[in-house]
Amino acid sequence: MVMKAIYVILFLIFAPFIGGLLDGIDRIISARMQRRKGPSIFQPFYDLGKLFSKEMIAVNNVQLLLNLSYLVILVIAGAMLFAGADLLMVLFILSTADMFLIMAASSDSSPYANMGASREMMQMMAYEPLTLLVAVGFYLTTGSFHVGTIIQQPVSAVLWMPGLLVGFMFTAAIKFRKSPFDLSTSHHAHQEMVKGITTEMSGTTLAIMNIAEYYEMVVILGIFFLFFVNSTWWSWIVALAICFVLFLMETLWDNISARLKWKTVLYGCWVVTLVAGGVNILILMLDK
Amino acid sequence: MIPLLIAIPAVLAVLFQFVRNEKARGYIVYAGSGIIMLTTVIFIVRWVTGGAQTWMLYPETELIDHLMTAGDIFLMCLIIYLSVKHEKVIPIILSVLQTALVIYTEFTADVAEGPHMMVDWLTILMCVIIAFIGGFICIYTVGYMKGYHHHHKEVEDRQPFFFSMLFLFLAAMFGLVLSQNLVWIYFFWEITSVISFLMIGYTKSDEAVNNSFCALWMNLLGGLGFAVAIALMAQLHGTLQLLEVVNIGALLPLMCLSLAGMTKSAQLPFSTWLLGAMVAPTPSSALLHSATMVKAGVYLLIRISPALEGNLVGIIVSSIGGFTFIMASMMAIAQNDAKKVLAFSTISNLGLIVACSGIGVEETVWAAVFLMVFHAVSKSMLFQSVGATENTLGSRDIEDMHGLIIRVPKLAYIMGIGIAGMYLAPFGMLISKWLALKAFVDSGNVILVLCIAYGSATTMFYWTKWLAKLLCYHIPRDTVKDVTRKDEYISMSFHAIVMLLLCLFLPVVAITVVNPIVRELFGNTHDVLSMSVLTTMAIMLVSIFIVPVVMFFISRRSHQELVPIYMNGVNEGDNRFFTNSFGGKDHLYLSNWYLRFEFGRRHLRIPSIIVATAVLVVGFCLVIGGVSW
Repeated sequence: MVMKAIYVILFLIFAPFIGGLLDGIDRIISARMQRRKGPSIFQPFYDLGKLFSKEMIAVNNVQLLLNLSYLVILVIAGAMLFAGADLLMVLFILSTADMFLIMAASSDSSPYANMGASREMMQMMAYEPLTLLVAVGFYLTTGSFHVGTIIQQPVSAVLWMPGLLVGFMFTAAIKFRKSPFDLSTSHHAHQEMVKGITTEMSGTTLAIMNIAEYYEMVVILGIFFLFFVNSTWWSWIVALAICFVLFLMETLWDNISARLKWKTVLYGCWVVTLVAGGVNILILMLDK
Repeated sequence: MIPLLIAIPAVLAVLFQFVRNEKARGYIVYAGSGIIMLTTVIFIVRWVTGGAQTWMLYPETELIDHLMTAGDIFLMCLIIYLSVKHEKVIPIILSVLQTALVIYTEFTADVAEGPHMMVDWLTILMCVIIAFIGGFICIYTVGYMKGYHHHHKEVEDRQPFFFSMLFLFLAAMFGLVLSQNLVWIYFFWEITSVISFLMIGYTKSDEAVNNSFCALWMNLLGGLGFAVAIALMAQLHGTLQLLEVVNIGALLPLMCLSLAGMTKSAQLPFSTWLLGAMVAPTPSSALLHSATMVKAGVYLLIRISPALEGNLVGIIVSSIGGFTFIMASMMAIAQNDAKKVLAFSTISNLGLIVACSGIGVEETVWAAVFLMVFHAVSKSMLFQSVGATENTLGSRDIEDMHGLIIRVPKLAYIMGIGIAGMYLAPFGMLISKWLALKAFVDSGNVILVLCIAYGSATTMFYWTKWLAKLLCYHIPRDTVKDVTRKDEYISMSFHAIVMLLLCLFLPVVAITVVNPIVRELFGNTHDVLSMSVLTTMAIMLVSIFIVPVVMFFISRRSHQELVPIYMNGVNEGDNRFFTNSFGGKDHLYLSNWYLRFEFGRRHLRIPSIIVATAVLVVGFCLVIGGVSW
C-alpha cells in the first residue's frame, strides 16, 4: 500500500518533468539530425513559464475548464497505472480524457480546431483497437489485467507478445503526436491545419494542454515499461533503458517520415493491429 | 396480479378507439400509464415480500389456450388481408405456415402439462423496463403527436389507433416476459410483430408501407423459427416449457429459437427492417424499436443462454452478434440522420448483447443484462430527445444540431446525457464492455475479441462527433422556439435522472438486481464483479462527475478576455463570417466527418448481409446434419 502511494506521488510530481525533459531531448536530437544546433534541453520548461505568464485571452469560457478536466482525468489514469490498478480501466479512462480534449477543441466553431478535433477522433479510432488488444495480451500472458500482477511475472511479457509490442510501437507514434501520424496537431506550425486542435488555445490553456501531453507521454512509456519488466530488480533498469531507446526511435521516425493521409493512417493502423496484434493474440489463446 | 398487468393496457387499448376528444385522450394516457406503473410496483412489492421466490403459475388453462389459438388465426387472417391488399406474397406464406404448424402441434402432440407463466428476477426486471420506460414513453407520446401532426400536415391523423397500438403492445410485452409456455410466448411474440408492422405503416406513405412489409416478413421468418422450435419440442421431447428447452439442450430447437431472437433484435442479416422502421413516428421507435420490442429478442436469447455455452449454436449466435456489433457501428459513422444513427447503434449494441448471450457463461450474461438495462434507458431517452428536436428545428439531421447547446439547451443536455450513457466511462456500457471483453478472452474466441476491439473504436467515433456537434459554441443564425411540451420534458427528465441514478448506484444495481438474475439462470452464487472493480468504478465516477464541476469553479475565477476565432481570413467580427479572397463576406459552415465513401451503407450493407447469411445457413446445415462440436 505504502509502495503504491509512493509510486503515485512520484508519478504526480515527476511525470511532467520527465515528459518535459524528454521533449527537450527530442528537440535537440531532431535539431542535430537536421544539422541545426537546437534549443537548450530545458526549453520546454521555459516555454511553459512563458505561456503561464501570458495575458488570459480565450475564444470562450469553457475551453479552460475542458482542458483542465483533460489534464486531471489523464493524471487519474496515470495514477491508476502507477498504483498497479486494472490496465483495461486505465485505457478506458485515457480515452475518456481524450474526449475532453476533443470537446475543448470543438467547443467553438473554429474551422481549424474543429478539423483537428475530427482528425483526433479518427486517430483514436485508429489506435484504440490495438491498445485494447495490448491489455488483452497482458491478461493472456499473466492471467490478470492488474498492473501489480503484471510486473511480478518471472519472465518479461514481451517474450509472449512481440507482435503486440511492434503494434504498440506503431500506434504510439499517434499518441506522441509524431510524424507520420501527427494529423490532428503537430509540434511544428506552418501546416495545412494551422495548429489543429490547439489552434484556439493560448496562454494558460495551452500550457495545461502541454503539461497533460507530458503526463500522457509518461503513461505511454509506462505501458511500454510493462512489456519488459519482470520480478527481478535488474529488469527494471533494462526496461527503463529500452523505453528510452524506443522513445529515441520515435524521434528518428518522426524525422525521416512525412505526414500521411488519414486513410493510410487508419487502414495502416488497423492492418498492423490485425496482423501483429490479432495473430499474437491468437497464438497466445491457443498456447496458454 | 398477473392478469391485471396484461388486462389493464389491453382494456385501455380498446378504450382509445372510443375516445375521439384529444384532451380526454391525453388524460386517459396519463392515468393509464400511472396505473400500469402502480400495478407493476404493487406486483413487485408483493413478489418481493413473498420471498422473491420463483413463481410457477397456471398449470390448467384450457380455455385461454383455445382463445390464443383463435388469436393466432385472427392474426393470420389480418396478415393475409393486408398482404393481399398491398399485393405481397411472402408474408402470407410465412404466416400460414407457422400458424398451421403451431395449431397442428397443439392438437396432435401429446405434451406434458406444466406451468404457463413464471415470475423470476429476469421477468421482474423486464416488467420494470416495460412499465416505466414504456409508461413514460406513452406520456411523451401525447405531447409529441400533437407536435408531429402540426408539422406533418400530409399525414392522416390516426392518433386513436396509434395509442391503441402502444397500449396493446405494452400488454403483449407483459405477456411475453411473464410466459413460460412456448405457445404462449409465441402468441405474444406474434402480436408484437404485427403491432410493429402496423406502427411502421402509420403514415401510409409508399416508403412506410414497403418498410413495414419488410419488417413483417423478417419478423415472421423469426416467428416461423419459433413455430418450428415448438413443433420439434412437442413432437420429440413432449414438452413446451422454455425451461425444459434449456435443460434438454437439443441443438435444433435452440437454433430455431435463436433465429427468432436474432430476427427480433434485428441482427444481421435481418438488420434492414429496423432501419426501415425509422419512418414511424418517434415514440414507436423509442418504445418498439429500441427500448422494449427488440429487447424481447435478446430476452429470449438470455433465457436460453445457459444452454448455448460452448456448443455450435452458441458459436453461431455469438459470431453473428459480434459481427453485427462491428458492422453496424461502422455503418453508423456514415449517417447524418440522427434516427438512422440511433438505429444503427441499437443494432450494434444488441449485437454485443447477442454475442454475450451466445457465449453463455455467467460473466457474459451478467454483461448482457447490464447492457440491456443501460441501453433501454439511454436509447429511449435519445429517441425522445431527437423526436423533440425534430419537432423544434424541423429537422433531425445531425448537421442542423450544430450548437444545439446554445439554441435549445435543455434538449441538448438530455441528448448529451444519453450519448454519454451510451459510451463514456463510467456509465454502465463501459463496465459491461470490460466484462464482456474479459469473458470473450476467457472463452478463447479470438474473433469476438477482435470484433469488440474494433467495434468499440468505431462506436466511439460516431458518438464523439455527434456530442462535439451538440456542444459547439455558435451564434445561431436564427432563433428557434422550443415547442417541446411539458409531458415530453417530464418523460425525458425521468429518463435522464434514472440514467444518472443508475450510474451513481451502479454497485447497488449490480448486487440487488443483476446478480440474482445470473444466479437464477446459472444456479450458483459467485460474484461476477469483484470489489476492486467496483472501487475502480468509484474512482471513475469521481473523475467524470466531480472533476469538470471543480474545474468549472476554478476556471471561473480566472478572468479571460474573449477574442474572435482564427479563420485564416479576416474574421468579420462575430465568428460567423469571414472575408474571402474576393474581399466578400462568406458564411462559415462546419460539417462533421462521415467517411461516406469508406464506411457508407452502400459499400458495407450487401457484403455484411452475405457474410451473416452464410454463417447462418452453414450453421443451420451443421446443426441439422447433427455435427457435434
